[in-house]
Amino acid sequence: MTPIAENPTAFAIASAIKVLVFFGVYLVTVALLTLAERKVSAWIQDRHGPNRAGLGGLLQPVADGLKNFMKEEVSPAAGNHIIFTLAPAISFCTAMVSWAVIPFAAPFPTPWGVVDVSIANLPVGFVFTLAIASLGVYGITLAGWSSNNKYSLLGGLRSSAQMISYEISMGLSIIPVLLLTGNVTMDGIVKDQALGGWNILNLSVAFLTFMISAFAETNRLPFDLPEAESELVAGYHTEYSSMKFSMFFIAEFANMLTASGMMATLFLGGWDIPFTTWDNTGDPSVLKTVLTLLSFVFKAGFFLFFYMWIRWTLPRFRYDQLMSLGWRFLLPLSLGYIVLVASVMLALQSAGIGRGVVQTGVLFGINVAVLVAVFVFFDRGRLVGETTGRLSAGELRHVRLRDRAAESRLARAHAEQGKED
Amino acid sequence: MAITVKVLNRPVEEVSYVRATLSGLANTFRHLVDPHKVTTQYPEETEALSKRWRGTHRMLTTEDGKAKCVGCGLCPTVCPANCIKLVPGEDEQGNRFPLVFEIDEFRCIFCGYCQEVCPEEAIHLGRHYENAEFTRDGFVYDLERLTAQTHPVCELWDPADPAGE
Repeated sequence: MTPIAENPTAFAIASAIKVLVFFGVYLVTVALLTLAERKVSAWIQDRHGPNRAGLGGLLQPVADGLKNFMKEEVSPAAGNHIIFTLAPAISFCTAMVSWAVIPFAAPFPTPWGVVDVSIANLPVGFVFTLAIASLGVYGITLAGWSSNNKYSLLGGLRSSAQMISYEISMGLSIIPVLLLTGNVTMDGIVKDQALGGWNILNLSVAFLTFMISAFAETNRLPFDLPEAESELVAGYHTEYSSMKFSMFFIAEFANMLTASGMMATLFLGGWDIPFTTWDNTGDPSVLKTVLTLLSFVFKAGFFLFFYMWIRWTLPRFRYDQLMSLGWRFLLPLSLGYIVLVASVMLALQSAGIGRGVVQTGVLFGINVAVLVAVFVFFDRGRLVGETTGRLSAGELRHVRLRDRAAESRLARAHAEQGKED
Repeated sequence: MAITVKVLNRPVEEVSYVRATLSGLANTFRHLVDPHKVTTQYPEETEALSKRWRGTHRMLTTEDGKAKCVGCGLCPTVCPANCIKLVPGEDEQGNRFPLVFEIDEFRCIFCGYCQEVCPEEAIHLGRHYENAEFTRDGFVYDLERLTAQTHPVCELWDPADPAGE
């Protein structure tokens, strides 16, 4: 069968249909996620959760949406109205766009050619996602700034610092995947994992650092410092009401959905069904598409659940803990891991071992060793920074002496100035 | 002047993030799958009220359906919130009865003195809490409304049996 791209008309029509269907499904899933979040939180807290609207509360997102549309919209008098209106749109759009490159299932056969089950199988694949994800910070920062509210501004600033810090470790943790695959298209990464083993085994450490960074990138607990209800009211969206607020809310869940899809694609083999090569080889068929789609939904769904599970388990990081985790732990770890993976691959290649069971086994062994080192050695008060920036007695004495010296210098300067006057 | 934050000085070997996180995840997961939920599904289920629950009033009646009240005036006198309005009347046989008996449930503080002081055991507080109304006037209960109430009434505190057993 030929790819549909060889027939321009069919390609255009298929793409238009894909855009409509995928974004429709995306938005409905996001709506259901808001319900799922409330349900999971309720169950974890031994409650029932929303169960009045519709069967078991299924219509709750509709009720919430209606409520948000009906609400009065207030914008701060001293704020910058244009940017204030623009900010939720930026958040919302950037959250949605990166969805376009994730492949959801095996190619779908039609009479006019084989259709990829992703909106765009971009040659730059993952790089596109990174680029769009870093645009998302503008929505939050501008929202915080244009509200002309101290809490909002603090939330916006925190978010820009946080997202820029974690983008680095996110980008670095993906480089081992690219090294292993030799390809940046999402499709290539999925196919490579189907043949050479899932990256969660090959690159467990990269998976871990990517997951932590993804949590920070989506501003979810334990990294929800931009929002931080107990410190900043609601952070960057304190001044937002009605549908504008709702758009930030949707953007958060959309980011979560995209990040889950990314994790499933990059590390859990995307739509690959484990323990069989039936889905990756031979002619495309509708059954294959459906089953691989289910496989993808299951994997992404697990990460979505994990997001919520983590949220209702862990407390928020303090700001300096967040920064030290990002810069002093994740960044060196992912940098060192790139070197490690590159040298192991070089060694294996010179020994004549390519993609396969042996390579996966060696890499997995190394991963286990690194993880044990990290979690046994570093997880002794060194992983997340201390509970406070405590000083040892010696350091404290040093700081005090220095302060006293500075004070007396200042006093002398004042006294001399007084004499001159 | 820096603020001194009191911290626990635990030995570094005991400090952990990963282990604590894993045990926390296990704990939340146990609650997640636990079918026992603490919520009372209110309109369908209700929690039992105490026998001494003091809710909105009820006027008990004699067998022929008339209010037991004899208009003695003790309850408006004892009422600390001054929420009872009573105009006594008298028929040809000299039987006293209330011409007007109104309780403003918004002013009432539900102390139960009226029930305690009533010589005829006519006015009672009720074991009842579903009192929603659309207007403020609806909360001024007149004699007709008070006698029409059917909910169970509050039991007085018995000094001989303080725990109510």
